[in-house]
Amino acid sequence: MTTTRDTTDSATSSPEPSAGQLVRERQSRRRQLRARIAVHGILVGYTLVALAPIAMIVMNSLKERAAIFDSPFAPPTPETFSGDGYESVFNRADFVTYFANSITVTVASVVLTVLFAAMAAFALTEYRVKIAPFLLAYLALGIMVPIRLGTVSILQLMNQLGLVNTRTALVLVYVAMGLPLAVVLLTQFFRQAPTELREAARVDGASEYRVFAILLPIVRPGLAAVAVASMLPIWNDLWFPLILAPSDATSTVTLAVQQFIGQFSADWNAVLATLTLGALPLILLYLVFARQFVRGLTAGVGK
Amino acid sequence: MRRGYRLPFVVFLAPALLVYTMFGIYPIVDSLRLSLYTGADDGGVAFVGLANFVYLLTDQFAAPRFWNAFVNNVQFFAIHLIVQNPIGLLIAGLLTSGFLRRSEGWYRTLIFIPTTLSVVVVGFIWQLILSPLWGFVETPLLGLESTALPTLSLMSVWQYVGIPMLFLYAVLVNIPRELDEAARIDGASGWQTFWRVKFPLLAPMFGIISVITYIANFNAFDLIYSVQGPFAGPNFSTDIFGTLFYRTFLGAQTATGSVTLGAAVASLMFIIILIGVALYLLLVHRRLRTYDLSS
Repeated sequence: MTTTRDTTDSATSSPEPSAGQLVRERQSRRRQLRARIAVHGILVGYTLVALAPIAMIVMNSLKERAAIFDSPFAPPTPETFSGDGYESVFNRADFVTYFANSITVTVASVVLTVLFAAMAAFALTEYRVKIAPFLLAYLALGIMVPIRLGTVSILQLMNQLGLVNTRTALVLVYVAMGLPLAVVLLTQFFRQAPTELREAARVDGASEYRVFAILLPIVRPGLAAVAVASMLPIWNDLWFPLILAPSDATSTVTLAVQQFIGQFSADWNAVLATLTLGALPLILLYLVFARQFVRGLTAGVGK
Repeated sequence: MRRGYRLPFVVFLAPALLVYTMFGIYPIVDSLRLSLYTGADDGGVAFVGLANFVYLLTDQFAAPRFWNAFVNNVQFFAIHLIVQNPIGLLIAGLLTSGFLRRSEGWYRTLIFIPTTLSVVVVGFIWQLILSPLWGFVETPLLGLESTALPTLSLMSVWQYVGIPMLFLYAVLVNIPRELDEAARIDGASGWQTFWRVKFPLLAPMFGIISVITYIANFNAFDLIYSVQGPFAGPNFSTDIFGTLFYRTFLGAQTATGSVTLGAAVASLMFIIILIGVALYLLLVHRRLRTYDLSS
């Protein structure tokens, strides 16, 4: 915090302040300062609670075994530095494949979710059809009812389709899982889009598909928000990879972390390295998209 | 609708409806159906009515497991509600207290980081930190029947406190400044303004947060499975519906799984979640017309 001056200054604008006023002003300013310090104190404290555990894992993943136990709070120094954990993780497990799987599944699911949801939201807001509200309500059901509850039948279905242990199976389920919220949020954005543009396009003889394409850039903030908000639950999911695609070739990072940590139980360096590999990429991604992410999560609720 | 729009309407809706129906709604409906059957010797299934439910709720071996998971799940949810809402409210209130300038965005972003992590990673991070090997905590909190579930619940709260914080924050930043100033001019302190003016406006959001937490908690699985394994030890003291469903459906070690019994557990979870959502809609949501998304 750099400054303690505040808007309270404007409260004492009379040209010749009396002594009593000066004292009151000083008291109020002191009270302001105290409140400010308290606010920062609590927030810094909670930020530490939120971040210290993660920082500890990342720091210690780069230290040698003895230093992990002797001084867990110390960052790695040239004397205590060690990359052993990462070495054994990469020797035992193919983390490059797992990252590729997670990226493929997440990107494909998010792209399809956003595309299908945008198309549906456009149709539901653009055409005055009697069944539109019912279709929207039907699509919104999935917000209240977790698709996980259908896992028994999803597994049977994937068996029949020959999709067990494929990334396609995961993508299909994640699209079904992400659509409800995405459609509901995007209908809000499409409703707010100006109508003149599409009418002008129609007068010019544009097809309905062209009108949709013209509107997409206008709802881009909504698309970005939905994309970023639907990304994390997919990347972080353990349930469906564990049940639908547990094979080594299709394993995602989250599943790999779960399965490999058990095998490394005595090897703390490897455990810490695995955890760091599981956590850091997501944190970096989140920091890049933090703005859209916050907007995606709060879209619709703040109004 | 003009005739020329009929085909585009169908084309635009088809992909979403198809994928959502086939891999979202149909499996849930089919699970409800399967819960009324039992696996037959010839590999097919035979209709048994409500026998699976009777078994799960009254059998001398199965029923204690079910009710244990139920009680644990209620406890898991209660700890979330009691702990995460005050913390979320405190942070959101401080972020919008007017004492912060540029640092507001930083605090908000940093405090939300745990929420972005995989539950698996969170589980292991805390398992390491609480490990007696590391020695910060003398008591094996995750190894005792009395402390394991509260500890896991608090780990989950630590991760998800960002959600109530962010949702409450979204309401608070949208409260018009004039309202705040009017209260100040009338002589209200910052503290009074918060509780008398802002807090009542937050009430609907607590309803939304509670129902989201309820749905998430009653189909939670990842954290318990990662930290305590499929048997949700010690001695099932951390068993919740998610882990019970997993074991019943897929089996674990010597116990064989059952498709139809698994479907029955999922159906009971479905009913429990539905009851919670219905109560919310009837008791809370109906009074809050401004938050009706479907209007």
